[in-house]
Amino acid sequence: MTAVMREGEAVANTAAAEESIFRRNLHSFAENRLALGSAIVVLLFVLMAIFAPLIAPHDPAETDLFRRLQPPAWMPGGEWSYLLGCDALGRDILSRIIYGARISIFIGAAVVMVATTIGIMAGLAAGYFRGWVDVLISRVVDILLGFPYLIFAIGLMAMMGPGLINIILALVYKEWVIPCRVVRGETLVTRELEYVEAARALGASGKHIMLREILPNILSPVIVVSTIRMAHVIILEASLSFLGLGVQPPTASWGAMVADGRAFILQAWWVSTFPGVAILLLVLAINVASQGLRDAFDPRFHE
Amino acid sequence: MSGTAEAAPLISVENLEKAYLGRLSIADRLTGRTHTVVQAVNGVSFDIKRGEILGLIGESGCGKSTLGRSILRLQEPTAGRVTFDGQDVTALSPSEMKAMRRRMQIIFQDPYASLNPRRTVAEIVGLPLQLHGLAKTASEARDLVAEIVAKVGLKTAHMDRYPHQFSGGQRQRIGIARALVSHPEFIVCDEPVSALDVSIQAQIIQLLMDLRREMGLTYLFISHDISVIGYLSDRVAVMYLGEIVELGTVDAVLSNPRHPYTQSLMSAVPEVDNPGQRQRVRLTGDLPSPLSPPSGCKFHPRCPLATDVCRTSVPKPESVGANHTAACHRLAENLSLLETEPA
Repeated sequence: MTAVMREGEAVANTAAAEESIFRRNLHSFAENRLALGSAIVVLLFVLMAIFAPLIAPHDPAETDLFRRLQPPAWMPGGEWSYLLGCDALGRDILSRIIYGARISIFIGAAVVMVATTIGIMAGLAAGYFRGWVDVLISRVVDILLGFPYLIFAIGLMAMMGPGLINIILALVYKEWVIPCRVVRGETLVTRELEYVEAARALGASGKHIMLREILPNILSPVIVVSTIRMAHVIILEASLSFLGLGVQPPTASWGAMVADGRAFILQAWWVSTFPGVAILLLVLAINVASQGLRDAFDPRFHE
Repeated sequence: MSGTAEAAPLISVENLEKAYLGRLSIADRLTGRTHTVVQAVNGVSFDIKRGEILGLIGESGCGKSTLGRSILRLQEPTAGRVTFDGQDVTALSPSEMKAMRRRMQIIFQDPYASLNPRRTVAEIVGLPLQLHGLAKTASEARDLVAEIVAKVGLKTAHMDRYPHQFSGGQRQRIGIARALVSHPEFIVCDEPVSALDVSIQAQIIQLLMDLRREMGLTYLFISHDISVIGYLSDRVAVMYLGEIVELGTVDAVLSNPRHPYTQSLMSAVPEVDNPGQRQRVRLTGDLPSPLSPPSGCKFHPRCPLATDVCRTSVPKPESVGANHTAACHRLAENLSLLETEPA
C-alpha cells in the first residue's frame, strides 16, 4: 500500500517538475544570454530579408552615375539618405545589403533543408538496414567527403552554369553527407534500443520503425548540426558569388558585392566592407546561436 | 496447474539454435580465417501448455533472453523449429508473421529503454491496435487503450503523459499494457521485474498472475531470481551456456534438483527456517566464453562431480521422474551436492 502511494507521489512530482524535455531544453537555451542574443540577430536578418521592399530606402538595382562610389553618410561627401554610401554604379549599398540578405538566407535555408531531408533518408536507410545498403551509402559519402567542398561546387557550377537553382543543387550535392553521417550514427545506436525491438515485436514495418520510432528520437542532434551547417552554406554561397559563379547581376548578393568593390578597395573601402560585415554578422550569429542550441538540446552537454 | 490433462502444447520448441557469426575484416578474409561463432542457444527443446507458466532460469549470458527472442523471431533462429498452436512460426512469411505477432508478445526487462520517450502512453499502448487495424475509429482505439490501461492499474487520466513522467513500476505497467492490448495468447516475460525495487516487484508479479487468470495467458517467464520463478511457475527450465540442463515441474526441480548446476543454484538461495543446515556449493570460475565452449558437458570445468566422460561426451536429457528431465552423466549415481551437514 505504501509502495503504491510512493509511486503516485513520484508521478505528481515529476509531472510538475518536467512538463516536457523539449520545453526544458528550450528554457535552458533561453537562459544562455549570448545564444539568445544571437538568435535575435538571426531573426532580425530574416525579417530584414522578408520585408526588404518595405525597409530598403532605394531600389537596389537603381544606378545613378552621379553617385559613383559615394562615401557613407558620416564621411565628407556622404548623404544621410545613402547611409552606407554607393557602389561603382551608384547603387545604394544599404539597400543592396538588405536585398542581399534574401539570397543568402534563402540559399542557406533551402540548401540545408533539402540536404537534411536527403541526409535523413539516406542515413536512416544506412543505419537501419545496414549490410550492403550501408556499404553503398557510406562509400558514396566517403567519396564526396574526399572532394574539397568549394572546388567541387565550382566544378558543378561551371558545368551547370550560374543561377539560383543551380547554386542550391551544387551545394546540396555534397551538403547532404553531413546530416547523413549524423543520422546513420544515431540510427545505429537507436535501432538497438528496446522500444524499437518492442515495435518490431508488435509487428511494425521497417518504415514505421524508421520514421515513427527512430527519427523523432534522433532529431535534436540533426537540427543542431543543420543550423551550424547553414552558416557554412552562406559562406559558400558568398564564395561562389564572389567568384562570379553565383547569382547573376543585377540581383544583389553579398559575395558578389564584395567582389565588385575589390577593384576600388583603396579609394572606396565601403563598397566591399559593408557586405563583408553583413556576412560576418549573420554567420557569427548563426554559429553562436547553434552552439547554444547544441548545449541546450544535446544531452551529452548536460551535466 | 501442472496436473492438467495432456493437450497439444501451445508452444513447442524443437532443437532451437541461435548462433552469432563474428565479423570478418578484409585481413581476416585474406588470411583465410573463418567466422568466430557464438552459439547463444544450442539445441533447445521444450513445450509450453496453454495457460501454463514456464520459468526459465540461468545466470547472465547463458542465452535466456536470446532464447525468448528467438521464439518470437525478434532474433532469427539459425536452426530448429518453433510451433505455435500448430503453426510453424519459423516458416511464416513476413505478412503471416505480422499477423502472428498479435498473438505472441514480449514484456521487456528495462522499463526505461522499452518505451519510446517521444510518445505518450496512449500512443505507445495504442500502437498494436494501429498496426493490426484492431480499432475502426480513433475513439474506439482510445477506449480500448483506456480499458487495458485501467486493467494494469494505471490512471486513465495519465494516458496523455510521456514515459519520463512515470516511475519504474508504472512504466513497466505501461509495457505490460502495450503487450496485452492486442489480446495475445502467449507472452515472453524477459526479466520483467529484475530492474524494479523489491516492493514494486511483488506488485508487478501479482499483476502478471492476475492478468494470466483473467485473460487466459501463457507465459515464458525468464528470470535469474529463483524465488520469483519458484513463486509463479508451473514448470522450470534451467539453462546453462545455451542449453537446458534440467526441466521439470517447479516442485521437482526446486526441491529435488538433480543436475549439479541446479543444485549449486539452489544452494545459493537463502533460507529462513533452517539457516546453516544446507551446505553452500561454491562454483569456481566464471561462465565459460560461448566463443570457445568447453568440450563434452559444458558444465564440466566448474562441476565438482566432473569425470573423464564429462570432458569428452555430451550428456543427453534423461527422465529422472514424472515430468522431470536432466542432462548429466552422473545422474544414475544419485549424487547430490546438497547433503545436509551432520547435526
